Amino acid sequence: MMMNKGKQIFVTGLILMLFAIAGAAMVALTYEGTAAQIAENERHAMLRSLNQILPAERYDNELIDDTITLAADERLGHAEQSTAYIARKNNQVVAIIFSVFATDGYSGIIKLLVGINTDGTLAGVRVVSHKETPGLGDAIETKRSDWVLGFNHKSLQDPDSSGWHVKRDGGIFDQFSGATITPRAVVKAVHHSLLYFASHKKDLTGSVSHE
Amino acid sequence: MSNADYNEISKNGLWTNNVALVQLLGLCPLLAVTGTVINGLGLGVATLLTLVLSNSSVSLIRHWVRPEVRVPVFVLIIASIVTTIELSMNAWFHDLYNVLGIFIPLIVTNCSILARAEAFASKNKVLPSMIDGFMMGLGFTAVLVLLGGMRELVGRGTLLADAHLMFGEVARNWTLVIFDDYTGLLLAILPPGAFIGLGLIIAGKNIIDKRLSKRQAQAVQNTGQEAIA
Repeated sequence: MMMNKGKQIFVTGLILMLFAIAGAAMVALTYEGTAAQIAENERHAMLRSLNQILPAERYDNELIDDTITLAADERLGHAEQSTAYIARKNNQVVAIIFSVFATDGYSGIIKLLVGINTDGTLAGVRVVSHKETPGLGDAIETKRSDWVLGFNHKSLQDPDSSGWHVKRDGGIFDQFSGATITPRAVVKAVHHSLLYFASHKKDLTGSVSHE
Repeated sequence: MSNADYNEISKNGLWTNNVALVQLLGLCPLLAVTGTVINGLGLGVATLLTLVLSNSSVSLIRHWVRPEVRVPVFVLIIASIVTTIELSMNAWFHDLYNVLGIFIPLIVTNCSILARAEAFASKNKVLPSMIDGFMMGLGFTAVLVLLGGMRELVGRGTLLADAHLMFGEVARNWTLVIFDDYTGLLLAILPPGAFIGLGLIIAGKNIIDKRLSKRQAQAVQNTGQEAIA
């Protein structure tokens, strides 16, 4: 009787184990089959957003592989290291694209890509992901409105620091009807990345320009 | 199995025992992703596929699994299938995958899948189980698409926006703008809109059911009178 019970438990456990192995094998095989494609998709999606900021004819390097790792900096919104993409033409740095987190949005972090030309003007700003209210705060997406294109060619001199606010706070950038917090957070994040660039310009454009 | 049984299975899945409208299962993804027709369709098809695959595999192995461990085995099967689908979507429908995000792995927690495995597939042959999974999934997808359509139409004034996420570049201009210059009704897009919309659909189904049963009762009465006459 005891033996029987032990055997039964053993067989049942064995069945469970066989299914666990089969399930794991299926997932592993699918992962093997799709990993390359997924990595390629992510690369492609990243390159697409980078190219929205910086058209492909403005650089001739492998933008997506030419990265530097930046130490954590409050102005970029990163509590840990972040990656920046360096665009070069004829081995000269033409622009740097930063990954910037705007941390004081309405809900969660707004992830941005901020492209800054070496002369200190903005090449462009794009929202990578956000959780702002649909219909109100999501006008920061290019799909919903042209608002974010208003940053193009702006710099620390144009407008000066008093202008780097939304209109309600006395600045030059529009807020959205019903949503001020979201554009305020984005304006602040872009302004801060310009300040970061200004204070690190030598390191970023000079010492790293050799391949 | 006779044809009548298959009809019964289909009717069950699509109407009488609809996952979303009658069993009220899988509400978390149902309410969360139905902002547009395409999002609803995407999650619906993924769920349908999971149901068909899990029902057929559970039915295939139903004689080998001991009753004591059947639930963990079912969960194992469902989780493996969903992970496989998630990886495949990430590889071949990357943009749609980005939109549906967390809700694809959450298909595992859709109780309807485990419920169909336990209540139907573990007791029936492979083909009926497959059809049951398909019909249950189709019923779920229909509700997702209908709710997505309602919310998209009221909330944004369009239908089939972002169809290229699912059907590729040819579908980029499939978007139907129903109301021009429509500013949108925020309520429909936000979560409360999902609850209100689902409530309306359930109410609609109940009205139809009531009419049908009334008509049936009347028919019975008529034949009864004829018999007396």
